[in-house]
Amino acid sequence: MLPIPPDELIEITLRSLLVSGAATALGSLLAIPLGSWLGLTRFRGKRIAKTILYTFYGFPPVVAGLIVFFLLSGKGPFAELDLLFTIEAMILAELILVIPLVAGITLSSVAEVDQSVLDTARALGASRRQVRATALREARSGVMTGIMVAFGGAVSEVGAAMLVGGNIQYHTRVLTTAVVQETRQGNFEYAATLGGILLIITFGIYYVLGYFQERGPR
Amino acid sequence: MTVLLALEKVTRRFGPVTALDSVSLEAGEGEIVGLLGPSGSGKTTLLRLAGMLDCPTEGRILLEGEQMDAEGDRNLATRRKIAMILQKPVVFRGSVIRNATYGLRLRKVEAEEARARAMEALRDVGLDGMAGRAAHTLSGGEVQRLAFARAAVLRPKLLLLDEFTANLDPANITMLEKAVRRFRESGGTVVMVTHNLPQARRQADRVGLLLSGKLVETGPPQRFFDSPETKEAREFLNGTMVW
Repeated sequence: MLPIPPDELIEITLRSLLVSGAATALGSLLAIPLGSWLGLTRFRGKRIAKTILYTFYGFPPVVAGLIVFFLLSGKGPFAELDLLFTIEAMILAELILVIPLVAGITLSSVAEVDQSVLDTARALGASRRQVRATALREARSGVMTGIMVAFGGAVSEVGAAMLVGGNIQYHTRVLTTAVVQETRQGNFEYAATLGGILLIITFGIYYVLGYFQERGPR
Repeated sequence: MTVLLALEKVTRRFGPVTALDSVSLEAGEGEIVGLLGPSGSGKTTLLRLAGMLDCPTEGRILLEGEQMDAEGDRNLATRRKIAMILQKPVVFRGSVIRNATYGLRLRKVEAEEARARAMEALRDVGLDGMAGRAAHTLSGGEVQRLAFARAAVLRPKLLLLDEFTANLDPANITMLEKAVRRFRESGGTVVMVTHNLPQARRQADRVGLLLSGKLVETGPPQRFFDSPETKEAREFLNGTMVW
């Protein structure tokens, strides 16, 4: 028998999906154009910009949480938004983790698109924006990989979610913070069950994303 | 004859290398100009400049009297009057028909019209039966035919062909040459780079010889091939030019 009711378990699971899914979707909306622009545009300081972006691959989630915590806390510049310990704050913290991953992998993927593909697009009348869209389409497997990696990072991180969400029951508790909570309380079986659910969900999401990655015209 | 494309003393340098050296050339409406020359003589550089894929270091290029500026999207409308087929054509992800409609979709042509026009262009090169096939499964010759259809469907004023039948079998060459003639008959202008001298003789209204980035001779094919005016052209044609 589970130590918490199934409806709470479902709620925690759905909240995990909401936070990670929203962070991944919003982050991708920002990061994909950024990555494709960085990958296809020549400018002074590009190498530095790329290195900074890649450095953020290893950005510790707890530091991302800390930054958002400072920004939203009582003494922070956005205190009046009153977002601390809300789902929105958790999404914000995970955005910091998602954006560099999606942007960086998009950058690498579009940069590997053969120059003759870009030239062909231009030779057929593509504008700069249309050339970038063509490159993204050609690099779509790589871009999807970036989205998958970012979602994996978001759904499995615990430090930021704990710091800015606070693991509040019925409010901001997600699968990862619940695992920590249950382990601390000695409910190892329940913690393991939650971990299993997390794995199954991740598998399911990756299966669907992988399908879209492989499907479609090659 | 109305001049469509004009290169005026065009030079293109890449660092210390001068790929094109003060070249002046004109192509009239409905004319096929063939460019000959050994590898590295600047033929592809010239086509890339005419196709607005690159900017000249010096000189200017005009289309219908308007100076072309390949930088960014400033002259997008002019660039869309030109289509170019690269030396090694590539296909985009997707089906043959999706490739054939690529340029039309860029121009926001309505889907139904785009499909109809693309099917017609594919029919011209014998690929209409493969419209639904994944483009990356086509053979080399089919890719070159698709590249031609993808460009011709745009009904450009100027079509630039960079060795468009290289490595093709005679049947494919004949099919594409016929398609080029049909394009010309519809009023289009063609500038083609070729190493295939008989092809230049068959197809071109005028040929030009590039050597070391300089245009050394131009003229009607019969005169150029039968009695070239310059020593360089004679050596190039009889194969004695040391390169």
